[in-house]
Amino acid sequence: MFGGLSFDICPGQLVQIEGANGAGKTSLLRILAGLSRYGFEGRVERHAPLLYLGHQPAVKAMLTPRENLAWHVAGEADFGAAAIDAALARVGLYGYEDVPSHALSAGQHRRVSLARLYLSNSPLWLLDEPFTAIDVDGVAALEERKAAHVAAGGAVVFTSHQPMRGNYNVRRLCLRRGLL
Amino acid sequence: MSAPSLPAFCLRLVRRQLVLAVRRPVEILNPLLFFAMVVALFPLGLGPDPKSLASFAAGTLWIIALLSNLLTSDTIFRGDYDDGSLEQLLLAPQPLYFSVLAYLGAHWLLTGVSLALISPLFALMLNLPLEALPALVASLLLGSGVMSLVGGVGAALTVGLKRGGMLISLLILPLYMPVLIFGSAAVRAAAQGFPAGPQLAILGAMFCLAIALAPLATAAGLRISIDA
Amino acid sequence: MWTFFHKLGSPPWLYAISGSILKYLLPATLLALGVGMVWGLLFTPPDFRQGDSYRIIYIHVPAAAVALAGYYVMATAGAISLIWKMKMADIAMQCCAPIGAALTFVALVTGSIWGKPTWGTWWVWDARITSMLILLFLYLGVIALYEAYDNKAAAARACAVLSLVGTVNIPIIYKSVDWWYSLHQPASIKFTGESSIHPSMLYPLLLMIAAFYALFACALLLRMRAEILDRERRTGWVRKLLEADAV
Repeated sequence: MFGGLSFDICPGQLVQIEGANGAGKTSLLRILAGLSRYGFEGRVERHAPLLYLGHQPAVKAMLTPRENLAWHVAGEADFGAAAIDAALARVGLYGYEDVPSHALSAGQHRRVSLARLYLSNSPLWLLDEPFTAIDVDGVAALEERKAAHVAAGGAVVFTSHQPMRGNYNVRRLCLRRGLL
Repeated sequence: MSAPSLPAFCLRLVRRQLVLAVRRPVEILNPLLFFAMVVALFPLGLGPDPKSLASFAAGTLWIIALLSNLLTSDTIFRGDYDDGSLEQLLLAPQPLYFSVLAYLGAHWLLTGVSLALISPLFALMLNLPLEALPALVASLLLGSGVMSLVGGVGAALTVGLKRGGMLISLLILPLYMPVLIFGSAAVRAAAQGFPAGPQLAILGAMFCLAIALAPLATAAGLRISIDA
Repeated sequence: MWTFFHKLGSPPWLYAISGSILKYLLPATLLALGVGMVWGLLFTPPDFRQGDSYRIIYIHVPAAAVALAGYYVMATAGAISLIWKMKMADIAMQCCAPIGAALTFVALVTGSIWGKPTWGTWWVWDARITSMLILLFLYLGVIALYEAYDNKAAAARACAVLSLVGTVNIPIIYKSVDWWYSLHQPASIKFTGESSIHPSMLYPLLLMIAAFYALFACALLLRMRAEILDRERRTGWVRKLLEADAV
């Protein structure tokens, strides 16, 4: 799909991967995350824990947003109920903590998984189409959160078709017919 | 804040699986219902004579248990694969071996253990001698553990395929055969008044081997399925 | 050693070397098969209990032995492809499965034909036949899994895992089935100690076993060459090869 790629991602960088449908944005992100190991030849060196949010929000319909989020971050640390509720409030799910997730919309499912961005300690974020199904206010909040993370010394790699709305310093990687 | 300890993480995973199952109780009840219905098929097919039923009871009960385990193993990872939870599990800092063990342990508790505990009821319906009941429960407890673990390998290898249901039976039924041999032999021995200890010991050994090796293959299978 | 190993991973090199191996191996195999068959079927004494019907062992036993060994070849190739990501090992593994399944099938059919005069029935659920049947299921499972994947690279890795699981299980299955039913005659060829089969019957059998191993190797190499050409058909060296052939 693509070849001859070589790049570094350093702390403090906000990287947007662009490209047409089928250009390999998701594949590249999955390779960076370590989910694809075989389909490519090359090397990925990671020096920091990462947080990957894929196409699917990994939200269980039979669990509440609170339970879902608590499980999402369970591998990282035990954050406690207060921190989890606070994170849900940040993504606009205040009042929905105990509603079964099957009663929520696709955008709200996406928000449950995005709430991890307010809890995680991982310096490197890999976000695959994070704006899907998110409304205008949500997109603005998400952009702010990414910028704050980068300002604090983290790094964000995300795929998107739209340019960021706010005025941020974005490094763009454009995949066009396998070239950068 | 530091990462949770491995046992705590695994217990949490087991608890999550149990909570998910309890919120949708049909998932627990369906295998039991399947068991009951197939038990009813045998007298219809073989005739109602109590003696001939009793002579087939050990094998029949074991084959039904095997089939109901087989039917549920396709679903072990499917939901989590579809909604993206599996990707997150693979990326968690905890070793996949233990996460998989927790998954399969939960599956065992939900299907194998519940089936083993309810099996005496069906054994009586098939006229199995009373003294064989402890051997039946014990052999089903151990054997269903092996079957859940081995079934996990098949489930992991087929979870990425749209139509995995029939394929998984082709993959794992041959691997179930040793369990069936010793499981039904234990029950038959007990029914004839012999000790079932040796067969149960071999089932226990298979269980230990499966605990050690099956999660490795399952973890490898999940990585392949996620990658495909 | 390592350069050899790396060369094994290169399709043109493997294609060339397998071609020169086959040039000698294929005639030798056919010769050994012919000699063994004629020797076994015509020039060995009849068995004093089974008469002439025992002669089917010259097909049955080698097929069964190589079918079992073939599974281990497949699993070894699978392990190599998993560990070193070697594409040629992928191909070897994938080519082993149908050959092994065919040999297992031959062993089952000849066993069944042998069973008719010996036991008076086409099928007996005895330990070794049942084990062979399970082996056939294991092979068919690998083939079915390979066919089910659209992504053939992932299919090869999935089959490698499955065949490794099968490798661990085969001894357990064999021992279980043996324990379950020990009606068959005990194994009669032993490489240590006295053999219970007369040398005049044994030598052609050993020749046939060797010939079947060679046959397996030939079939494997031929299939691999075809598969290599198929996968590499867009590369320069295959085009050159075809042009050279066409001239």
